[in-house]
Amino acid sequence: MPLVKQGRITTDLFVDVADGAELPGDGAILVTAERFLADPEALLRRAGKTGVVWPNNRDLDELVPYLDRIAAVALVFPTFRDGRAYSQARLLRERHGYDGELRATGQILRDQFVFMTRAGFDAFEVKKDADADAFAETMKRYSVFYQPTGDGRVTALHRRMQLRHSESAGQ
Amino acid sequence: MYAYDELDRTLINERVSEFRDQVKRRLSGELTEDEFKLLRLQNGVYLQLHAYMFRVAIPYGTLSSKQLRRFAHVARRYDRGYGHFTTRQNIQFNWIKLAELPDALADLAEVGIHAMQTSGNNMRNVTSDQWAGVAPGEVEDPRIWSELIRQHTTLHPEFSFLPRKFKIAITASEHDRAAIKIHDIGLRLHKNADGETGFEVLVGGGLGRTPFIAKTIKPFVHGRDILSYIEAILRVYNQYGRRDNIYKARIKILVHELGIEKFAKEVEEEWNQMGDSELRLDYAAIEEVRSRFSYPPYEKLPHMPDELKRAAHDPLFERWRKNSVSPHKVQGYSIVTLSLKPVGGPPGDATAEQMDALADLADKYSFGEIRVGHEQNLALPHVAKRDLPQLFKALDRLGLATPNVNLVTDIIACPGLDYCSLANARSIPIAQELTRRFANHDTADLIGRLHINISGCINACGHHHVGHIGILGVEKNGEEFYQITIGGRADENAQLGTLIGPAVPYAEVADVIEDIVEAYLALRDRPEELFVDTVKRLGVEPIRERVYATR
Repeated sequence: MPLVKQGRITTDLFVDVADGAELPGDGAILVTAERFLADPEALLRRAGKTGVVWPNNRDLDELVPYLDRIAAVALVFPTFRDGRAYSQARLLRERHGYDGELRATGQILRDQFVFMTRAGFDAFEVKKDADADAFAETMKRYSVFYQPTGDGRVTALHRRMQLRHSESAGQ
Repeated sequence: MYAYDELDRTLINERVSEFRDQVKRRLSGELTEDEFKLLRLQNGVYLQLHAYMFRVAIPYGTLSSKQLRRFAHVARRYDRGYGHFTTRQNIQFNWIKLAELPDALADLAEVGIHAMQTSGNNMRNVTSDQWAGVAPGEVEDPRIWSELIRQHTTLHPEFSFLPRKFKIAITASEHDRAAIKIHDIGLRLHKNADGETGFEVLVGGGLGRTPFIAKTIKPFVHGRDILSYIEAILRVYNQYGRRDNIYKARIKILVHELGIEKFAKEVEEEWNQMGDSELRLDYAAIEEVRSRFSYPPYEKLPHMPDELKRAAHDPLFERWRKNSVSPHKVQGYSIVTLSLKPVGGPPGDATAEQMDALADLADKYSFGEIRVGHEQNLALPHVAKRDLPQLFKALDRLGLATPNVNLVTDIIACPGLDYCSLANARSIPIAQELTRRFANHDTADLIGRLHINISGCINACGHHHVGHIGILGVEKNGEEFYQITIGGRADENAQLGTLIGPAVPYAEVADVIEDIVEAYLALRDRPEELFVDTVKRLGVEPIRERVYATR
């Protein structure tokens, strides 16, 4: 499954570590929420980066105290019709100020890229190679956005207001 | 009318391109049917019994003549020459080909029409009063707010994959023509003591398998905060709404299971945490949208023009005028409702020829504007009273002057088993039979206001729960049976109907309805007491006794 990060297909440096499995030396790891919460300090003391796979039905409050020391949060889309992780993503970015990697995992198709990016995701475990290849192109699908989110894209309303200002300034 | 600017047009065109790519990927096999299903549903495309069905949005029920002509074009070019107006200010085309859908969408996009979120588990087309902006006594035009919400809910990055569909309706009149109490969010526009515009927010209404009337979650949310408040409701719903069972996934179930107080508390907490976000609408932002609504240059006209006095001698005109013409906020003008319920016809259908001709009439008599209401009728919102006699003749020729608005034959019905893959029973033939039974307009007048709503299955697209008489098709041992309820209503006093007796087979439905109406005529206090008020006063029992005594 290709990983798209910063707009490009890239090698996944994180290794998924199953619950109970031995930790690899100093490499970057992704662990489950249970494993992480069982002994967060021990994991965060390692030299390697720690990422957590957070289920879409678990309250973020338990994760929030560790956000500044976590390298990656992977949010889950069990099917792409289950949109709970969009809310989690926005809360992590916009309310809790999380600025590490925010990864979308599960059934990820190209048709979600724009929504996900707007919600704060910057890494995508894409199901199909063709979709991963089409990432950059797909992100160009839209140039107009109605809602303000944490991604900083200027909304249609703002553009209209700016236009009005510049028009009235020019008179 | 709302005028789309370059940004609105760009977004619609970008959506068409995206959908074109999605169809291409489906046709090439790159997308599985399961994957494509969700993508097509996001854009109003259902797979029905015989073909794809294509549902197009008419936001808050406002259409220009140009847009209506384009519907006629789509009906003719891509369908079988007609379209079907639904109960949620949409139009459906029933025989569209998948490969041609992108072209149909592109044709519609040219006139600012789209199909975004007319189906699927997202925020659906925002609906409002079909008399918005012209109804006497309205607090203010609710379409300004409808449009702000329409934009905010279009391709929303957080709420496009909700547990289930989500419908918002807005009214700004005392009499609720938008049925806000049967919506996921209902907004009643009103002013606070300081004269500021805001909304009573209702939540958790909906019909279907488990019907609920919406409850008030907050009596007043200031207009500037309405987007953030809606967003708070949706965020709570998106996270906590049930996803394990499609029949328990609507927000009404979450509200019911938590209780309105607890749900309100969750929303309030979320809303407080959102704080003063970018969602707050400042005055200039609201005015920006308001400025793009244009209103007709009304003339100063007499209240009672000579043309109208002369036409009063024509009994056919008078009957139509009394039934279909309503007061306008501007003197000398009227709102004209056009019945899409001809005797023997399927409710809500219009042919391409009717649509084209009506577009011409709108240009001539209604400043190029047409409205669509949830009762599956159309309206011309700005007709000068002096033009009414001419308009009547033209509408009559088109078959659009049936004087049965709000009467027993003005039936709301879903497509039922004739088209729909979910249906258990037929709806349209029941409606057609009833219009024949009550074809005598004098009888219908005598009966007075009476709403019959028919659904072909428990999903309740025909809003049977809130019909004065509700008819629900069910299947019993492979046969079509119908449950009948009475006493429901969808207005500001919204209420669910009560079952009157055991389900009856297809062939007996019209007889039972006739008996119910007979019983009402015998039991009503005085001719002005409406059916629904008689049921309220007496309860179901006296009517049940009369109807089922001989059965």
